Amino acid sequence: MKMLKQFLRGLVAATLLAAGAAHADMTIEVVGVGSQQYPIAIVPFKNEIGLAQAITPVVGTDLGNSGLFKVIPAGDVAPQPFSSSEINFPALQAKGAQTALVGQVIPDGNQVTVRFWLVDLATKQELIAFEKRGNASQTRRLAHQIADMIYAKLTGKTGAFASRIAYVLKTPGRYQLQVADSDGYGAQTVLASRKPIMSPRWSPDGGKLAYVSFEKEKPIVYVHELATGKRIEAANFKGSNSSPAWSPDGKKLAVVLSKDLGSQIYVINADGSNPRRITQSGEINTEPSFLADGRSIVFTSDRGGSPQIYRQSIEGGEAVRMTNSGAYNASAKVSPDGRSMTYVTRSNGYRVAIMDLASRQSMVLTDTNADDSPSFAPNSQMILYETDVGRRGTLAIVSADGRIKQRLKAQGGEVRQPAWGPMLR
Amino acid sequence: MKKIALSVLMTALLAACASTPAPVTDPNANQTTGNTSNTGSEITTVDATGTTGVKLDPRLSDPSNILSQRRVYFDYDSFTVKSEYDAMVQAHAKFLVERRDYKIILQGNTDNRGTAEYNLALGQKRADAVAKLLLALGVNENQIEAVSFGEERPLENGDTDEAWERNRRADIVYNGEQTK
Repeated sequence: MKMLKQFLRGLVAATLLAAGAAHADMTIEVVGVGSQQYPIAIVPFKNEIGLAQAITPVVGTDLGNSGLFKVIPAGDVAPQPFSSSEINFPALQAKGAQTALVGQVIPDGNQVTVRFWLVDLATKQELIAFEKRGNASQTRRLAHQIADMIYAKLTGKTGAFASRIAYVLKTPGRYQLQVADSDGYGAQTVLASRKPIMSPRWSPDGGKLAYVSFEKEKPIVYVHELATGKRIEAANFKGSNSSPAWSPDGKKLAVVLSKDLGSQIYVINADGSNPRRITQSGEINTEPSFLADGRSIVFTSDRGGSPQIYRQSIEGGEAVRMTNSGAYNASAKVSPDGRSMTYVTRSNGYRVAIMDLASRQSMVLTDTNADDSPSFAPNSQMILYETDVGRRGTLAIVSADGRIKQRLKAQGGEVRQPAWGPMLR
Repeated sequence: MKKIALSVLMTALLAACASTPAPVTDPNANQTTGNTSNTGSEITTVDATGTTGVKLDPRLSDPSNILSQRRVYFDYDSFTVKSEYDAMVQAHAKFLVERRDYKIILQGNTDNRGTAEYNLALGQKRADAVAKLLLALGVNENQIEAVSFGEERPLENGDTDEAWERNRRADIVYNGEQTK
């Protein structure tokens, strides 16, 4: 507890010092942490202050936000260690740390080399000794990748810091489809419109977004290449075109079309060709999401009289009802590892739930009232979703076990319809 | 509960220091990748905020003409057009039969309870309900397109019965008209 107070005091001081420095487009507020936290001392890297973005503050924030680490700033240890051989073990252990991150930055024109070590303070064993090279203007990315390596080494699970999210930012009279780093930094606008935008979905390679835009006074599904801004109307049939979902190989999309009355799910090629109807019954079939094998989808249907989630092969055949409790279950997304699905269930309010696909055991993860659009992180361990705080759309993250909760607070406007993208390469 | 500002966590003085033997090198460093891959590079913004305007029959915007009325409100969880809208729907049908060169988009809308994508499908049912009436009154199928905005275009924000009522509706939009 004392450690936390010191840490927070340090934060306040640092924040004051940093006034006027680049700000985040969104800030993460941690509202729930893991039952067990790894105490890690982070020593600022040699030469990192000269970088476009210093490495260790980003690593520290990533690990701290995950709820699984207690980050102990160790910039005050004298002399400062910049490699594993320079560590003063008792000094760092006295701060309550079990491991320490030390390192150095070697600038090289527009490139930069980062050498770093993660050391177990009790055994003096080097858990990580690594050298990463990258573009000097993208040191934030390097930092996220370093955080992922530390996360993986200490928790035994894959990290997801070096990934991006997409979401729709709504300000009066303006909608922007934006992409930002998973920590809310570096937001860039993909599409700006006066009309609503919804349902962004990342292609499996992370290079494209499929989404629905109303810029032509009706919902049309677009596929948009992020680097070039080149986009196509992947589905613009008479009526509504909505709710795109990528197949795991990125070659096909499931979309919802109303051209044959009601809302039915079709599979089309990613270039919009060869539409093939998948669902046959019910007036509403929507919110498709592919299973990991690419041969089946889960989706929401009203065929049983209330919105429920079903699973069906894209080659046809019987739809199997997946949700059996509650009068409203919708917006299912299958996890990247294929083991579970997250969805919205009405249980007092509309809340994010998770179901293990093998056992069909389910659990409600949130206690908010207007949750929507849950999507898994690439490591399948966190779920990003839209929620309402003070009647304003905002983004939140919950761990798959429901313990760790974060809120992403935007500077202004409503933030809705999030989608967590794949890992950056 | 702790709140973490992402701006900067800490600043520190850096002392000079001798370098040590190089650790393992990242095999993926310096890899070059194609334009469409997930490298997090710059994104090109597409601007779709432009407007277009078309001159329409003045009757459609004359406040004293029933054709200027364009909204059909629905009861909760209902997709039936109430009889109070008969005269208005008939007037639009008559106009569209007379002016076969005119087309409309029927835009269904819902309140904000539930998921946005499911609401889009619910709004479609409202637009379809109005379309069926117009078709029965002689309007050609190629003059009508029924679509949904779901919960995306509320007339009223907020989570009150009144706001929800205002948002459960279908809007008649003539081709070339600009909505808000």
